[in-house]
Amino acid sequence: MSHGTALGACRALIVRDLALLWRRRGDALNPALFAVMVIMLFPFALGPEPQMLGRIAAGTVLVALLLAGLLSLDALFRSDLEDGSLEQLVLSPHPLPLLLACKIAVHWLTTALPLLLAAPLLGELLFLPPQVLGTLMAALALSTPLLSLIGAVCVALTVGMRRSGMLLALLVLPLYVPVLIFAAGACDAAQQGLPVAAPLLWLGAALVLALVLAPLACAAALRISLS
Amino acid sequence: MSEFFAMGGYGAYVWGSLAVFFVVLGIDAAAPLVKRRRVLRELRGRLKRAQKRNEESA
Amino acid sequence: MNPLVLWFHKLGSPPYFYRLAGRLLPWLWGLAAIGIAAGLYGGLVLAPPDYQQSDAFRIIYIHVPSAWMSLFIYFFMAVNGFIALVWRIKLSEILAMAAAPVGAAFTFICLATGSLWGKPMWGTWWTWDARLTSELVLLFLYLGVIGLYHAIEDRRQAARAAAFLALIGIVNLPIVHFSVKWWNTLHQGSTVKLFGPSLIDSRMLWPLLIMAVATKFAFAASLLSRARVDLLELESGKDWARQIALAEETSA
Repeated sequence: MSHGTALGACRALIVRDLALLWRRRGDALNPALFAVMVIMLFPFALGPEPQMLGRIAAGTVLVALLLAGLLSLDALFRSDLEDGSLEQLVLSPHPLPLLLACKIAVHWLTTALPLLLAAPLLGELLFLPPQVLGTLMAALALSTPLLSLIGAVCVALTVGMRRSGMLLALLVLPLYVPVLIFAAGACDAAQQGLPVAAPLLWLGAALVLALVLAPLACAAALRISLS
Repeated sequence: MSEFFAMGGYGAYVWGSLAVFFVVLGIDAAAPLVKRRRVLRELRGRLKRAQKRNEESA
Repeated sequence: MNPLVLWFHKLGSPPYFYRLAGRLLPWLWGLAAIGIAAGLYGGLVLAPPDYQQSDAFRIIYIHVPSAWMSLFIYFFMAVNGFIALVWRIKLSEILAMAAAPVGAAFTFICLATGSLWGKPMWGTWWTWDARLTSELVLLFLYLGVIGLYHAIEDRRQAARAAAFLALIGIVNLPIVHFSVKWWNTLHQGSTVKLFGPSLIDSRMLWPLLIMAVATKFAFAASLLSRARVDLLELESGKDWARQIALAEETSA
């Protein structure tokens, strides 16, 4: 029996996931909507002074996007588990880490990318200083895939549970702390007019590391929780 | 003696730390004992039920 | 077979481990109690007051051993988790999961006493210092492991998933510590130094070392008594567990 190539399997998986998401394209905007609502709460809580909001804008946008990403993480394997295709994925003759990497990539494209595009708008709502915007976007572009990759490992561990929301947050947030620190560090440096290369390079290094290791860890975790 | 308990004015903090230490370790030591009683009670209950079933079927 | 290897195989057998742990437990608790009593007597009574912090420094005899234990136990848990994942040894799964609550307890003690120490010394209950923040993240890692273990129905699968999380955590921990340090120095200058190496004299040092050893014994005792109960629960269908349950009934 022929199984086709691993590349073909990846392409089929990506096309299938994109098709599934396209059928329910309204949901794709939910994380971005959530982020806008979180951002909207800050001026109400802290007062509308542009100076005060501008000082905390970058960090607030980062946290809002992190939380929005956390909310959408749960959906990564949920529907696949329910219709049984996740087990087929684990049983398939193709390397599981590669297939999971494709799934994570699609998930990032459909949940994090809209957030990334919304980020300048969110920054504008909070009077983000213009010189920080470039750094913020660079930090977000590097850190959102990192968050998706780290999060995927934790989702794989909780995949069999019915109500995993709070537990997932507990597992994921300690792992998110370093990413948030470096992303916020870059924005802070930009705000003070300091060089921003170092924290961004650290984020890039972490992203490269996670790109290789996280799919492997995700596969191992998935095998544990489906065994 | 009261000078010793006052700890140079820091008594509340020093003895408070000591209290935290002993309370938390006490809970930590008691937890397995409580769980042990529960596990054994459940196990005995299961054994009794199994015995009763055997007698009924015999 | 080599007697040591043979003993190791025997140790992996639940009834043997249960009996051995039962015999060791009173000794471990006894040594822990004597050590803690001696260490605290040395620390609270015999050691001279610190010239800067006067008597408040005595919190060190609880705070620092707890901090050491919080890291030691996490390491112990991760090593046992690794063994459980690679060789699938049931006893390692049990030991790793029994260590988690004890580690969380010590981490909590460390944070609480640190807070009680910080209030008179720094004038605040909490500061976002690198060590404090890493310790807080450590507590969350412990809680995550415990939460995951209890959220999965199947005990052995739960132990393997939680052990995997513990391994991820041990990679994460140095990263957190390093990044928090970097973040902190970016925001403010030097953090408050607790004590320089010259400050600690031998009359202050020996009770600290005794406390460090005594808390190891307390950990071992708590670990074994937890592991015994967990084994009993896991093996409740087996004959040896039934015999223990029936024997306890006649004696009770």
